[in-house]
Amino acid sequence: MSTLEIRDLQVAVDDKAILRGVNLTVRSGETHAIMGPNGSGKSTLAYAIAGHPKYTITGGQVLLDGVDLLELSVDERARAGLFLAMQYPVEVPGVSVSNFLRSAVTAVRGEAPKLREFAKDLKSGMDALSIDAAFAQRNLNEGFSGGEKKRHEILQLELLKPKIAVLDETDSGLDVDALRVVSEGINRFRATGDTGVLLITHYTRILRYVKPDFVHVFAGGRIVEEGGPELADKLEAEGYEQYTKATA
Amino acid sequence: MGLNEKPLSTLHEKASYDLADFDVPTGREEAWRFTPLSRLKGLHNGKAEATGQLVVQAFTPSGVSAEWVGREDPRIGRAYVPADRVSAQAYNAFEKALVITVPKEATPDDHIRVELRGGGTDGASYGHIVVVVEPLAEAVVVIEHQGSAVYADNIEFVVGDGASLKVVSLQDWEDDAVHVSHHHAQLAKDATFRSFVVTLGGDLVRLSPSVSYTGPGGDADLAGVYFVDAGQHLEHRLLVDHSQPHCKSNVDYRGALQGEDAHAVWIGDVIIRVEAEGTDTYELNRNLILTDGARADSVPNLEILTGEVAGAGHASTSGRLDDEHIFYLQARGIPFDEARRLVIRGFLGQLIERIEIEEIRDRVMGAVEAELAR
Repeated sequence: MSTLEIRDLQVAVDDKAILRGVNLTVRSGETHAIMGPNGSGKSTLAYAIAGHPKYTITGGQVLLDGVDLLELSVDERARAGLFLAMQYPVEVPGVSVSNFLRSAVTAVRGEAPKLREFAKDLKSGMDALSIDAAFAQRNLNEGFSGGEKKRHEILQLELLKPKIAVLDETDSGLDVDALRVVSEGINRFRATGDTGVLLITHYTRILRYVKPDFVHVFAGGRIVEEGGPELADKLEAEGYEQYTKATA
Repeated sequence: MGLNEKPLSTLHEKASYDLADFDVPTGREEAWRFTPLSRLKGLHNGKAEATGQLVVQAFTPSGVSAEWVGREDPRIGRAYVPADRVSAQAYNAFEKALVITVPKEATPDDHIRVELRGGGTDGASYGHIVVVVEPLAEAVVVIEHQGSAVYADNIEFVVGDGASLKVVSLQDWEDDAVHVSHHHAQLAKDATFRSFVVTLGGDLVRLSPSVSYTGPGGDADLAGVYFVDAGQHLEHRLLVDHSQPHCKSNVDYRGALQGEDAHAVWIGDVIIRVEAEGTDTYELNRNLILTDGARADSVPNLEILTGEVAGAGHASTSGRLDDEHIFYLQARGIPFDEARRLVIRGFLGQLIERIEIEEIRDRVMGAVEAELAR
């Protein structure tokens, strides 16, 4: 049982305030969707929690099981059980997928996985996400299509088994088939039961595959409305206009 | 090749066997302005006496000959004319030259290895090596420099019609070594030359690989990897002289630098002369600067004297580790130091992967790993 507690989080980029006091609690077994218009600060929330150097924390706390993640380095946060599936995974030349995944699994588990076991996990993980076996030998994200990058993010999610996963617009740029494959991966991860998911998205489409327990509407750097899955339906029908007007 | 036949380039205006044709460099010359002359231990001004201890050993597979010959041997100086003061000094000071011959159409089943081991920096050593690959033969030469030395040499690679030569030159010197070297490849019609230079050790290494063509269809690929630590000066000066039509050249040198006064110099000169129509050439240098206090000078020069080229380009980049790369790896739990190593290893490894002999590739990768662990 884990809890991610975001308390009055305030974040700036280049002295410009982006997040203006975010409060949110995600527990194991829960899936929270954060929805909002472009520029509302959704991705900033994801990257600030993960510790990207571009974002300056100007106030608040982010506690994972009582430990303030903001006091930890980026890698320490990941080892503490936080995972961020990125919207734009970077290409790292010369670092192979298999080498990268082994390094990551070793770091997060605190010991190197047995080679055969790891090979087996990797193969079944890749099969489940319809990722070609040849990917393991390719350079990290290099030349991957948008869909391939996202599947690869979910592969990492399933291999690293974090306590809390933040998925930043994992659905963006995916066709329906890829969206289904990726959603199944997220659902397999959710089905393990002892993990919480914070799913950031612009569109309601993914929520038809990955059912949220809670929906939060983000606008102007804070949560402006909260509800159950029915809130997503309302957004689908009405759009974000009422929220953007309110904060303009 | 006489004095007047060299290209117009101001960098390579003169070539001669006669030491007197070259003034002692002062450091103001374009060709010497990056090199700390005071650390050359007299290789440039005639004060470095040939009393050093450097042992050269050649190991050849069957069918390949290795001979030590006197200065008067006609095979010496046929492909290469010294192009600067230190090169001319070495040319005039060596006692015996090593001549390796791969006979016509031979395809030896193993690589040729030349080991140079220095026994200290008291006194200098001068050397000369000629590798002749006769028409349609194929060979691989691995040259390893180890130990400690003050050493200047010239190596001539003579690649015959339709022949193929792959060279790996590993400069894995001790920290106090000083090495100034010219590697010249002369490519006959349809000859292929692959050079892979790895420079890791030494206080000062200045290595000048050059290529010339004597017939059309020649193809030269010059790759290099260097890792510069605090206080080291590692300089690579490339020259590809396209004087024949329809030849290719590709240059790709990559280096990582870390520590106070780590200094890398890369000069990449490509000349495409009037008669070299249909030339296809590209040169690239990339430097990864890992800490403050390290400096990379990178100067590509492309001199095109004909309008009829198939392709000609160059690029040079020097920069820091990409924060986004490091963030991505760290966000997967990989600690900073390891993330950094992965990225650097990837950066250099992409080139090292191209070494075809597994044993040599592993050695080079191992040597880079050792640098990363320092």
